[in-house]
Amino acid sequence: MNPVATPFFFYLLSAIAVISALVVILKKNPVHSAMALIVTLLALAGLYLMLYAPFMAGVQIVVYAGGIMVLFLIVIMLVNLEEAELQDRFNKMWHVATAAGLALGGLLLFVYYRGARLFPDAGPALPENQNTQAVGIMLYRNYMLPFEIASILLLVAIVGAVVMAKKRV
Amino acid sequence: MLEIGTTHYLVVAAMLFIIGVIGVLTRRNVVIILMSIELILNAVNLNLVAFSRLYDLHGQVFAMFIVADAAAEAAVGLGILIAFFRNRETVNMDEVDLLRW
Repeated sequence: MNPVATPFFFYLLSAIAVISALVVILKKNPVHSAMALIVTLLALAGLYLMLYAPFMAGVQIVVYAGGIMVLFLIVIMLVNLEEAELQDRFNKMWHVATAAGLALGGLLLFVYYRGARLFPDAGPALPENQNTQAVGIMLYRNYMLPFEIASILLLVAIVGAVVMAKKRV
Repeated sequence: MLEIGTTHYLVVAAMLFIIGVIGVLTRRNVVIILMSIELILNAVNLNLVAFSRLYDLHGQVFAMFIVADAAAEAAVGLGILIAFFRNRETVNMDEVDLLRW
């Protein structure tokens, strides 16, 4: 079955993602920033669906919007930020930093413009109901060792976070 | 209507990446800086998934590793933030100068 109105949904989701990303870095209240970041993550999950990656979209929603953002909100709750809200949002060098960032963006756009024909447009995509199986097979066959190393990384991160957040070690 | 190709996704990812970089460089609040790092990681993920449409799912597996990495980084970063807030009673990045000579 052919997808319906693909360009429209692509532009809609991209606009939502970019605008709420701007809200993330412009808002004064960190809770508003966190909400806008959740909207960005959900829009990106929609873009993953359009790229025929439904498992990645599910991981995005469950792990990012459901896990990491809850962690952020809990820390915002623990850390008293009312004082920070009254102060200046941006540091003193913000105009230099913005100019440098925009220069980097211009460089990226230039490269994409010059090299646009290097990227082939559409490839053979697996049907949606086989994506998860294919990813699982690849994860447990080709990427077995990195997968196990990732579990060690997560264990180290858990221990490190507990040690750093403890009052006395 | 215009067909959506890989380059379109790359441009969206570049925009998110630049927004994240500007957020890291300009904001003073450490929590927002960590959120901007998440934006950068998500831009890279979008690139990887867009390319994995062309090259046989390797990009999606890598994107998943990056998600695991982002979770670890957020946990450790927020732990450091809590430890720092306990010592200095601030969350401003430009007041983090314990290692400055």
